[in-house]
Amino acid sequence: MTTRTLVVWCPDWPVVAAGAGPEDAVAVVFANRVVACSAAARVEGVRRGLRRREAQGRCPDLVLVAADPDRDARAFEPVAAAVATLSPRLEVLRPGTLALPTRGPSRYFGGDEALAGRAAALATEALDGRGSARSGVADGPFAALLAARAGPEATTVVPPGGSAAFLAPHPVATLELALDAEGGTTGRELAELLARLGVRTLGAVAALPAGAVLGRFGSLGARAARLTRGEDERPPDLRRPEPDLVVALELDPPAERVETAAFAARTLAAELGERLGRRGLACTAVAVEAETEHGEALSRRWRSEGGLSPAALADRVRWQLDGWLHGSAAARPTGGISLLRLVPDAVVPDEGRQLGFWGGATDADERAARGVARLQGLLGPDAVTVPSPSGGRSPGERGRRVPAHVVRLGAAVVAPSRAPAAGPWPGALPPPSPVVTHERPLPAAVVDAEGRPVGVTGRGLVSAEPQQVAVAGAPPATVVAWAGPWPVDERWWDPASARRRARLQVVLPDGEAHLLGLEGGRWEVEATYD
Amino acid sequence: MALVEPLEVEIPDAPVPARPAPVGLPMVAARTRPVALAREALLPVLPALEGLLPEPGLRRGTTVGVGGGPGATSLALALGAAASAVGSWAGAVGLPSLGLEAAGELGVALERLLLVEPPPDRWATVVAALLDAVDLVHIALPPRVRLGDARRLAARARERGAVLVVHAPGAVGTGAWPEAPAVRLTVAESAWEGPAGGGAGRLHARRVEVVGGGRGAAARPRRAALWLPDATGSVRLAEPGSTPSRRRVEAAS
Repeated sequence: MTTRTLVVWCPDWPVVAAGAGPEDAVAVVFANRVVACSAAARVEGVRRGLRRREAQGRCPDLVLVAADPDRDARAFEPVAAAVATLSPRLEVLRPGTLALPTRGPSRYFGGDEALAGRAAALATEALDGRGSARSGVADGPFAALLAARAGPEATTVVPPGGSAAFLAPHPVATLELALDAEGGTTGRELAELLARLGVRTLGAVAALPAGAVLGRFGSLGARAARLTRGEDERPPDLRRPEPDLVVALELDPPAERVETAAFAARTLAAELGERLGRRGLACTAVAVEAETEHGEALSRRWRSEGGLSPAALADRVRWQLDGWLHGSAAARPTGGISLLRLVPDAVVPDEGRQLGFWGGATDADERAARGVARLQGLLGPDAVTVPSPSGGRSPGERGRRVPAHVVRLGAAVVAPSRAPAAGPWPGALPPPSPVVTHERPLPAAVVDAEGRPVGVTGRGLVSAEPQQVAVAGAPPATVVAWAGPWPVDERWWDPASARRRARLQVVLPDGEAHLLGLEGGRWEVEATYD
Repeated sequence: MALVEPLEVEIPDAPVPARPAPVGLPMVAARTRPVALAREALLPVLPALEGLLPEPGLRRGTTVGVGGGPGATSLALALGAAASAVGSWAGAVGLPSLGLEAAGELGVALERLLLVEPPPDRWATVVAALLDAVDLVHIALPPRVRLGDARRLAARARERGAVLVVHAPGAVGTGAWPEAPAVRLTVAESAWEGPAGGGAGRLHARRVEVVGGGRGAAARPRRAALWLPDATGSVRLAEPGSTPSRRRVEAAS
């Protein structure tokens, strides 16, 4: 049994949300990879998944914009509100894609084609020329999504019962559209595995015996097989969620700012996640209802077939409130948010996940990720940083830190000195690197045997042997051994950013060793070999 | 067709069989957990450092204090290197000047290292949160550590099975860990080798003498001479021989 669904899809939504049109060459970048690009950039050869440098190499005029899911969702709210006039059972799958069951609206508006055309027109009107919208109608959300994306015209209707035939020629890579939860890659890995095994189209997947697919690929493969046959991803669950799975929170005083309400939503989402977890359930669709103190209400359904984790749920509440509070003046509420309610709509038994036996996600990785999330909740999103080795000549440049939410936690990071092709950095110091790199270099004084300050000549030689070094106001210490200098003349072609620096290693009594740098006639301690 | 009045019939409720109260999944998980945990009680440690500890590894739940002269920070990082390489996560709180490239060279897996710089009033909360999340936490001593905080953190480490490594300042400093740590490693002597006089050469190996002590089983003092690091970048035992000589630079004429 399948529900006939209409899907409205806005191509390249992150680019549209960033305010660019299809004729600008714009690419949206996350973690150094392209996640979306405009049509003009695609003509030049830029594709999703390319590294930033390669994309810039293919299209030198490319404008790069950082990815911002909040901005995408906020910009999508008017479009969702416009299409929601057709049916209250609208569901947002992700910013840029929405779905609604067609049973009632189709009869009301006179057929699937009329409904699809009307939905696309409403969405295009809400976009106001910044982008276009395509729509597709088919049995099941996955077939409708592919119809919207890959259909020949802007509105495509697949006749009832024709989904399997429509899906058959599409490649298996499209499965990741339906199976991947936020940031997950299990759908993509399954698609790659199927392709390697020689099963390259959805029709071929549908032709495999269901029992064999379940046995070989597990429940994920069974879901994929159901999708390719044009059925709903899971058998429809006729149970209604129990009443105590609805969580609500009254905000007193009403929250005027999105951050306050979003913070409250986080605890609400965590509680819902806990209640579901206690029953072994996961929810794939949630209705988020928000009411203001003056009685205005906004209810939006969110669906994600991979399951909604508490973090994803809290994100969606924030997007919804952001879009509402910062939306068009006509739709904006007049008061603060006073009530938040989460109603899980489609609960399914949680299959759990098999943790990797070796490699893959382990229990320690999950624990660390939860700890990071907790610390970010305590101190803010940029509080937790991870090492991100980058090139450079000074130890401070080579050992950079980036906020944890920018990278994929646990993805292998190769230390630059161990990388086989670390790239030449002439003038950089060879290993061993200093263990303490002072963020603000400490002032130092280096004098020779006569007490005169030591300098470095233009030829890169010290003016005299250093005899005494005084670090940051401490009494001068005798130099036991020294090495260097390593002169560096960076960016000599650009007077604004040119740097001339010479580095020296000195060993003081008792094994203390420092890395000193001379710039502009002043010595400083860059790092200490502790 | 005339509407027929529905017949009012009393159907007694069928007796509902008594269902046992639903057992929460966490309780089921607790009942079916195996008695002996697969997770080991000892974190692995580099072979060179095994001689300094009372056991051939770092017992989970202990507090380790690393201090002494130059080389203490490298020693503290090297303590966590072997565990990090096999998959343990590590964290560092209040160490903004930690050299990450050097950490990578000593063997710490940089993809499993978390760094946090909390404001001073949340320091203890953050360390406690990290002890829940990772297996090894490096902390630098804040200016004033309250005895109550230190005891609570040590207890939390013991409870969660995490190792707390305290980087004590080398010189007579602003504070010390109020409680004597279970294991204490002190760098007694260190000497660099490499510079050949007149600016030639570079620092490339360091020989240190480390003294291990502590409370209880670790109370018997142990001594070891290590290369931290040696010329190839690894940490290994140094051949017993003359004490590390401190060479004076001969002025190259």
